[in-house]
Amino acid sequence: MNTHDVTMKSQTPLVGPADAARYDSRFSSLASGTMSSAMRDLMAITEQADVISLAGGLPDTEAFPRAIFDGIVSDMGSEYLASSLQYGPTDGMKDLREQIAILMSHEGAHARVDDILITSGGQQAIDLSIRTFVNPGDAVLAEGPTYPGAVPCFTAYGADVTHIPLDDDGMRVDLLEEAYARLVAEGRPPKLLYTIPNFQNPAGVTMSLARRQRLIEFSHANGLLIIEDNPYGMIRFEGEALPTLFELDGGAGWVVYLSTFSKILAPGVRVGWAVAPPAVLRKMNLGKQAADLCSSNLTQRFITEYLRRHDYREHVARVNTLYKARRDVMLSTMEQRFPASATWTHPRGGLFVWATLPDYIDTKALQAKALERQVAFVPGEAAFLDGRGKSSMRLNFSGVSEALITEGIGRLGEVLTDFCALHETLHPRRT
Amino acid sequence: MSRVAVLKGGPSLEREVSLRSGTNVELALARLGHEVIPIEADQHLVRTLREARPDVAFVALHGRGGEDGTVQEILEILQIPYTGSGVLASERAMDKVVSKALFRNAGVPAPPGYAFNKDAFSKMGAADTLPEMQQKLGLPLCVKPARQGSAFGITMVREPGDLGGAILNAMGYDDRVLVERFVPGRELAVSVVMAPEPWALPVIEAVPLGRDFYDFEARYTPGETELRSPRDVDDDIIQEAARVSILASRTLECRGITRVDLILDDDNHLWVLEVNTIPGMTDTSLLPKAAEVAGIGFDRVVADMLDLAALDV
Repeated sequence: MNTHDVTMKSQTPLVGPADAARYDSRFSSLASGTMSSAMRDLMAITEQADVISLAGGLPDTEAFPRAIFDGIVSDMGSEYLASSLQYGPTDGMKDLREQIAILMSHEGAHARVDDILITSGGQQAIDLSIRTFVNPGDAVLAEGPTYPGAVPCFTAYGADVTHIPLDDDGMRVDLLEEAYARLVAEGRPPKLLYTIPNFQNPAGVTMSLARRQRLIEFSHANGLLIIEDNPYGMIRFEGEALPTLFELDGGAGWVVYLSTFSKILAPGVRVGWAVAPPAVLRKMNLGKQAADLCSSNLTQRFITEYLRRHDYREHVARVNTLYKARRDVMLSTMEQRFPASATWTHPRGGLFVWATLPDYIDTKALQAKALERQVAFVPGEAAFLDGRGKSSMRLNFSGVSEALITEGIGRLGEVLTDFCALHETLHPRRT
Repeated sequence: MSRVAVLKGGPSLEREVSLRSGTNVELALARLGHEVIPIEADQHLVRTLREARPDVAFVALHGRGGEDGTVQEILEILQIPYTGSGVLASERAMDKVVSKALFRNAGVPAPPGYAFNKDAFSKMGAADTLPEMQQKLGLPLCVKPARQGSAFGITMVREPGDLGGAILNAMGYDDRVLVERFVPGRELAVSVVMAPEPWALPVIEAVPLGRDFYDFEARYTPGETELRSPRDVDDDIIQEAARVSILASRTLECRGITRVDLILDDDNHLWVLEVNTIPGMTDTSLLPKAAEVAGIGFDRVVADMLDLAALDV
């Protein structure tokens, strides 16, 4: 029997469309709360070949040295074969958690090995932390815009998200305090704040030290739980690293810290982690047991051995050089090609630029037009839960070569200029 | 039994919808005993078709490229009979402006509207006609890209100042834009089998749950729209819906099975909005629902479509 036979046999008895409605009444409310389908269908086209995609958040994996990879994989085969192929503990491989504690100390954050939970990518860390705390209808605070990948988690668990605006110094903590007070007055104190203080996705901005301190003070005074997501902290091109909220919390237990190897090493290994007080970690551990029992031992071992033998900071420095050059090209091309009415952030690290266009431009329509010219980005609406962000866009510079960035931004600039000109003719008597 | 190439995917905005339609069609064709060759409508389409040598092509593409006569022209050249309408009929149906003009001549009731392409605004100052347009058609208005499916780029205009923005938004999806009087009412869909003596499947009503009109979300998210048989509508209106739907499909000279979208207004007048030459075949689509209500089932619809496959020349 060839594989074709198997496929056709297994397909034949499947449920046809006429009967599929039977599931509608059975879908859980969690399954029904998915991402907007217009957005999903728009984004599906961006994955096609020939499209210059500034929509992704992809690190450049070609920068990873082949010799290092081969060396580790070969040694894993001789030294750790059986254990790498085995199940592991839910909280993750001890050897790796030790390495993570060392790695975090390089960022000035001091975590206890026992407070670390290995997750399957940073995404699982977000999912676990939200599911651990949020009931349907609970008030939650997040930056506005927030990480588009966190939006489905918020939606799935029924979080009622209030967005806190950002400026060049990151989240407006003063506005957070106002929003918090308002929600408390309504009898709905926020369960938690989800924030990316460093090179925020999608905005690219970083929270200033003064705001970090003020946020921690506010958190301590009011008992506001903070989920600090820090995937990009080391992807820094200039300036000095600021202390993490986790460190500023000083062990008071008001910050759950999340990070990942996706941006500093490789997203393909799907290894991230969470640091939380034991009581919280136990709940997250139970959630992870239900989700996937444990993360892959194979890739945990790979990372452990990599961290033991090599200085990951050399790799980070290598990709940072690459990304900085790409960011520079993106910003300078935007300067030349985008209309004067557009504004955008100037990230000093991370992977993204956030551009805001005149409010008459809907970036979903712009995306449709841009796709005709084979360029893609993320429409800003994907970064909000309340329909805002219509005139903004997220542009990624890490995953695309300098030449393609120039070409892609150039085409985008033409589409934009066209839109602006058309708007002028459509609103001739505008004051 | 035939070798049937199922064309799906493609680069249009409705790619995902097409993939869902295509999968359902493939399953049905396999159940009917045909040899199924799934084909992605990408840049290698012609080469793939030449190599696959199908007896017939089942076009499960939606939107631009697949529903507008492009793929149909390719199949004409390759002399592979295909499901659905021919080249010209596809072009006519895809373009809401062309359809409307033809409907007017043939006596198919359609909401009044005006259409402009981008150049009219950028080179001939057509924006100065917006006040007249608004005055003649009255508010609210519905602004649509001329050639785009699945309600992409459609905006309702309720305030006088919002027309320009709505046109700009629609221009993202097509260089030609239709400004139409918005007719409030119930949303009906009639699927027409364009056999030598055309006949209509039962009328299906789409009831959007808590939304302005039948938009993209509602169309493809299970549970957001209720599709039902409008039992409270008088039989003569149902008959009239079938009549104008057949007339509309005939006017555009469609083949295969079409789906005609109509509005039944508060005065019991019917208005044809558009004819779809490649009706959606997803789990939440109207044609499969009509087949279910008719008691003939999905597979029979697919079999009929295949039977009606042909070439223009």
